[in-house]
Amino acid sequence: MTISFELPERIAQELPMIEAVAENIMRPESRALDEREHERPNTFINMMWPVVRDQQKRALDKLAARAEGGEAQKRSGPGINNLRMTLTVEMLSWGDVGQYLCLPMSLLAGAAIEAVGTPEQKERFLRRFAEGDDPVWGAMAMTEPGAGSDTSAIRTTATLDPGTNEWVLNGEKIFCTNGKLALDESNGIVVVWATVDRSAGRAGMKPFVVEAGTPGVTVEKVEIKHGIRASDTASIVLKDARIPYDNILGSAEVVRPDKRSTQGFKGAMATFDASRPLIAASAIGVGRAALEFVKAELAEAGIEIPYNTPYHELSAIQADVLEMEMQLKAAWLLTLRAASLLDHGERNSLEASMAKTKAGKAVTWITQKAVEILGPMGYSREWLVEKWMRDAKINDIYEGTGQINTLIVARRILGYSSKELR
Amino acid sequence: MISFTPTDEQTMLIDTIRRYSANDVRPVAHEADECGDLPDVLLRTGWEIGILPGSIPESMGGFGEEASAVTGVLAYEELAYGDLALALRLMSPALAAIPLVLDGTDEQRDHLLPLFLDETPPRVTAAIVEPGMFFSPGRPRTTAARQNGHYVLNGAKAAVPLAEGAEWLLVYAWNDGENRVDAFIVQGDAEGVQVGARDKLMGVRALPTYPVTLNGVCVGADCRLGGEAGIQFSRLMARSQVALAAMAVGVMRAALDYAIDYAKEREQFGAAIATKQAIAFMLAECAIEVDATRLMVWEAAWKLDQGQDASKEAYLAKRYADKAALMVADSAVQTLGGHGYIREHPVERWLRNARGFASFDGLAMV
Repeated sequence: MTISFELPERIAQELPMIEAVAENIMRPESRALDEREHERPNTFINMMWPVVRDQQKRALDKLAARAEGGEAQKRSGPGINNLRMTLTVEMLSWGDVGQYLCLPMSLLAGAAIEAVGTPEQKERFLRRFAEGDDPVWGAMAMTEPGAGSDTSAIRTTATLDPGTNEWVLNGEKIFCTNGKLALDESNGIVVVWATVDRSAGRAGMKPFVVEAGTPGVTVEKVEIKHGIRASDTASIVLKDARIPYDNILGSAEVVRPDKRSTQGFKGAMATFDASRPLIAASAIGVGRAALEFVKAELAEAGIEIPYNTPYHELSAIQADVLEMEMQLKAAWLLTLRAASLLDHGERNSLEASMAKTKAGKAVTWITQKAVEILGPMGYSREWLVEKWMRDAKINDIYEGTGQINTLIVARRILGYSSKELR
Repeated sequence: MISFTPTDEQTMLIDTIRRYSANDVRPVAHEADECGDLPDVLLRTGWEIGILPGSIPESMGGFGEEASAVTGVLAYEELAYGDLALALRLMSPALAAIPLVLDGTDEQRDHLLPLFLDETPPRVTAAIVEPGMFFSPGRPRTTAARQNGHYVLNGAKAAVPLAEGAEWLLVYAWNDGENRVDAFIVQGDAEGVQVGARDKLMGVRALPTYPVTLNGVCVGADCRLGGEAGIQFSRLMARSQVALAAMAVGVMRAALDYAIDYAKEREQFGAAIATKQAIAFMLAECAIEVDATRLMVWEAAWKLDQGQDASKEAYLAKRYADKAALMVADSAVQTLGGHGYIREHPVERWLRNARGFASFDGLAMV
């Protein structure tokens, strides 16, 4: 091993193609899609579906071959999947965060299934993302009206009906990204977190796969939002929704040997380890878009950003732009590290939360600063900077607010449990 | 392939310096700051680790493969974790050696590099900073004018480490004839070189620095580093910036570790103060900044080792580190409250040291 910042060649080769999509497919529709909230970004979706589908197919076929006892190809050295996804998300988010979120794929649902599903479940639930002409979406439903950052407070229940061997789900989920695309607009899936035993706290929390078309599952409303308006954020009501026993991910057993077991919950946390670097990458994509726009406008006005000039020779704007650039770079490097650790097969909870915290905060500030620097131009809906500011903010909120991620970092560096540092 | 793991050799070096920092440096750092000097034995032991000879390629007589900036920043972080004044002082010969390795002519290298391979560190240094608040490293006011095959140097330098009694020093000056920055090898006892009274600084008090004036100092053309080709000033600046930023990371990490330990020990309202979010969040933010700064330093250093232009990365890393170091050191003092303000705890020293980075230009080199 050696310290290196060299991108794997395969990723470096792919990036220009993704950039072309971001620039030529996403950007031209960015404004209109923002203004016409909830309109499906079909150009982007139709363009991406075959690509994403075929990728999913290759991954799934490999998995199936392994499950059938075929000796899995021993990979030499670290993988590149997380890094690759990180760079892809950064680039697509540079194009448009709202559209990127509509990427037709299993996303968080897939991540949960990958993390704890059986080979049979992977095949049954993920195959749909790997075939067909029509795009399919996956989603994750965790948050509830009364349970935000405190996910252990969820009230959605899953009760086993011994007569039919089905789980019966009841409850209400909110803030489910792509819930409508998954349930109403495709043959998708939603991973719903529910408790099989409320008295067991986190140990009773289990993920269940709910398929589109399940009776008793309805998308009640789609939120109207500050930003990422092309993406649907759904409220889902589950009313005596019956799903097969085998739709539970991981064990149904509630293990609480020391009353602190969090087995079920760990599944969700493992998902976050992979998703948080992606949220950070998404933030950085928007941040870069805003920064590049500011620099281009300044250059047009004859103001260049120097990289060899002492403090006293910088104008206020130059100092601001340098600060934006440093913050973006700091966040980006933390993000690369978090993704790369996963590819090296190492735990990254601390690093993922660091990246997410830093990127969420830095890019919120960077995009807000961009609006300020550009004055009336920044504030005008003629240009995209104000939209980027609105889009950026979500990254400091979803997949754990900056505060929750700071709390996770704090616990890690102090060696405290969630009981010791609340 | 992106990776954040040092090589085995680098890890061994880090471990060695870590032990030296913990066992040798830390115990005397407070006293050194109070009395403004470092024990000779400490400097000798540090020199024996061989960090600088490891940066001098074998082809030039050293025992390294190349002057790796990445290895340099890893080493400097660990040294500064022990003590910043020690790190700056121990590595001050690098201020002259690294430019020689990178930009020196064969003759200059043959003649001068052996000095750095001795058992004891040579007394050589570099003069970059100039007095006043408007100093710009890329546009020094000290001038070098070519006259009859010689260069005549005029100007004032500030904060020159170990200038008193220096055998020779590398003086950075504006080469009037060619409109560029160059560096000149100037003997400490050359006519016209005047070393003033030792500076009184807020921090790094165990690092002796001095004002130096050059009054019509005449040096031979062969004393221009790199000969007719001169130096690649922006690369040297970049290497200096990452070196200092790496030391800033060391100071930050020291302050954070200390604050974490303290916060977990110190009880108020019946519980360790680390269990309060007000404290825990401050420390978490510091931890993020330590890692972020280190990654920026590593990226710039890696780019230098790739032979690429790393001016931008190094500049951003240094600016970032200047600010982050202050933030973290300040948070550490804040975590200790009143106790943080007492000189018996090192955090107050680290706060004074951390503030220095914003005005340290060219005080270290990898």
